[in-house]
Amino acid sequence: MEHYLDNSSTTKPCKEAVEAALDAMTHTFGNPSSLHALGFAASRALEDARESVAAVLGVSRAEITFTSGGTEANNLAIFGAYEARKKRGRRVVTTAIEHPSVLNPMKELEKRGAEVVYVKPDGDGRISPEVLAQAVTPDTVLVSLMAVNNEVGTVLPIDAAHAAIVRTKAPALLHVDAVQAFGKLPLKPSRRGIDLLTVSAHKIHGLKGTGALYIRKGAHILPHTFGGGQERDVRPGTEGMPGILAFGAACRALPDPQKEAKVIEALNARVRAGLQVLPDVTVLSPADASPYVLSFSAGRVRAQTMLNFLSARGVYVSSGSACAKGAESHVLKAMGLSKDQIDSALRVSFSRDNTEEDCDALLSALAEGMRTLQAAR
Amino acid sequence: MKEILLLKLGELVLKGLNRRVFEDTLLKNLRRRLSPLGRFDLRARQSTIVITPLSEDVDMDEAADRVGRVFGIATYSRAGVAKKNMESILETGKTYLAPVLEAARTFKVEAKRADKTFPLKSPQICEEMGGFLLEQFPHLSVDVHHPDVTVYVEVRDFGAYVHGNPVRGAGGIPVGTGGKAAVLISGGIDSPVAAWQMARRGLELTAVHFASPPYTSERAEQKVVDLLEQVGQWSGRIRMFTMPFAHIQEEIRDKCPEELFTLLMRRFMMRIAERVARREGCEALITGESLGQVASQTLQAICCTDAVVSMPVFRPLIGSDKADIVATARRIGTFEISIEPYEDCCTVFTPKHPRTHPHLQALEEAELALDCEALIDESFENARVRLIGGPAQGKEGSL
Repeated sequence: MEHYLDNSSTTKPCKEAVEAALDAMTHTFGNPSSLHALGFAASRALEDARESVAAVLGVSRAEITFTSGGTEANNLAIFGAYEARKKRGRRVVTTAIEHPSVLNPMKELEKRGAEVVYVKPDGDGRISPEVLAQAVTPDTVLVSLMAVNNEVGTVLPIDAAHAAIVRTKAPALLHVDAVQAFGKLPLKPSRRGIDLLTVSAHKIHGLKGTGALYIRKGAHILPHTFGGGQERDVRPGTEGMPGILAFGAACRALPDPQKEAKVIEALNARVRAGLQVLPDVTVLSPADASPYVLSFSAGRVRAQTMLNFLSARGVYVSSGSACAKGAESHVLKAMGLSKDQIDSALRVSFSRDNTEEDCDALLSALAEGMRTLQAAR
Repeated sequence: MKEILLLKLGELVLKGLNRRVFEDTLLKNLRRRLSPLGRFDLRARQSTIVITPLSEDVDMDEAADRVGRVFGIATYSRAGVAKKNMESILETGKTYLAPVLEAARTFKVEAKRADKTFPLKSPQICEEMGGFLLEQFPHLSVDVHHPDVTVYVEVRDFGAYVHGNPVRGAGGIPVGTGGKAAVLISGGIDSPVAAWQMARRGLELTAVHFASPPYTSERAEQKVVDLLEQVGQWSGRIRMFTMPFAHIQEEIRDKCPEELFTLLMRRFMMRIAERVARREGCEALITGESLGQVASQTLQAICCTDAVVSMPVFRPLIGSDKADIVATARRIGTFEISIEPYEDCCTVFTPKHPRTHPHLQALEEAELALDCEALIDESFENARVRLIGGPAQGKEGSL
């Protein structure tokens, strides 16, 4: 029996997504740009998928641009916004706990002459709305922050960023990396002053290799790929139809977010309660974090060791964040945690596929691991 | 916190004895537009309509968006509901308006006290709310002339509300109060704007589209469906008629002088549209013509096309510049759809040198070579109709 608790890394594609991808490879295989009937059918399917993604965000179809994933969408947003606005200012505000697909483009922006401010989190991984607001100045051209942190699950103060931009009258676009929030937390970009918003298919039971960038109607960004005019020339290239149609299907298959959140909250609470009785375990995710992510440090047992131990028992979790492949977490470091805590940090992340059994299997395997691995030291 | 929508009526308040009819139609339109979102209580009081959601899970963002696209409303506000005492009103002001006030630098307060039994008078309400908000949001200052935000406190017989700056509504008068008209729609930038403008003057829309397969593709027709869906977000439901037109065009090409092609084609379109209009109970036609824009839109050409119809033809864009039309098209969301590059029926067989100053007599003589009635009947036999923006969205049928 396997217990997959690494859903912030990726989720299992849902039945609907797999069927849609299969259809794109067997029936609707035309090029959406072709003028014949097969091309037309593909273009209808493409637009239906776009509509389904747009509907989750409550935006219009024309505001969704498909990309090869969250990383590309983040790159497109950051470089596209900065290059379009750099004449009006050179300051960019972000946080120290962003995903590498934001932080590394930021480093590149610094090379291009931008002054990038990285707002630091508190000890719980929260970004203070006041500190963030103070970082926004009248010459800020881009504010980029994630909706939910992928390692500890903290929810970032998007509204404060928007309020600060309006208040300072900064010529800034607001970009939100919503990869961990999309389909989970209510997030209507048009209501919250968000200009650009990144989403990814494989975190909501779609396929890897597909994402999208919401670009608010009227928010102008410059492309950095050039080609045959697809995706309104912002991101040209023949559309990756299997992934895109699967993305649309996965969006349509999303359960009511509020109902799902209740189920996930119950699973999260179950694991939290179980962790509390284990000696030497410290929960790192604060209580007000997204229930989908739960980070904790397992005493003095190194994360890799514990991960392997759990894996051998069919329980799959992450150390830090999966992208970092075991490197020291920049998020936990920015939170000011001790080296021991960082080295032993594990992340559990839930999806609608999880059950109480998965939680219990994790807790018992973890208890066993703590007994045997700590003793062996 | 409970939230409602307050709608201020536009020109409606100017109507005399007909006002009830206008108001009832507006309420009916609002109900129809909001019903997919859940249950609402709608009531009209003086020149305001109050919309209260009756279930918890109503998407108020979407409701506000929809209300913003209903004709007959000048402005609307989302308001927080307070109890009718000052403490509750202050608290509601602080929590409900926090996001707006956080983003503002200056503000002022205005109070409307319709309920004269409320112990505080309007200036006192303003004073208390102003002082309280200054305490709660220390970054704010008061500016009574050009505030970023005006905080409105409304104490009415049936409750107290707090809201910020009202949002501009769609204006105009309610769809349906002006009767029905049929719009000729091709897929260009102008006709959707013309349709939208006339719906804004209270007309219910029927659409007539001419399709010329194999010269035009399914995509061209789909583009018109997309355009009407967009217009329908403002006008409500639209019945769309797709009229086969290729055979008529081939006949004109084969049997009539080339330079008259466009005008002869326009005359057929008008005849067919008028017949659709009469069947559907429409009393006028709508076109997107703008004087002098193309050869078929000169004064003389318009005289020649008008000669074949006996009902009024509304051309709301006749005196508009292209740039103004484009600006409206952008506002109503049809521009991006209109510029998709598919051949439509108007660009098939375009003559090299179309006649710009035609003589009616020459056109009538040219038409003698054609069996006009039979050609029009044939188009009707193969016509298709679909309902756009209704519950049976996109369902197709024959006439």
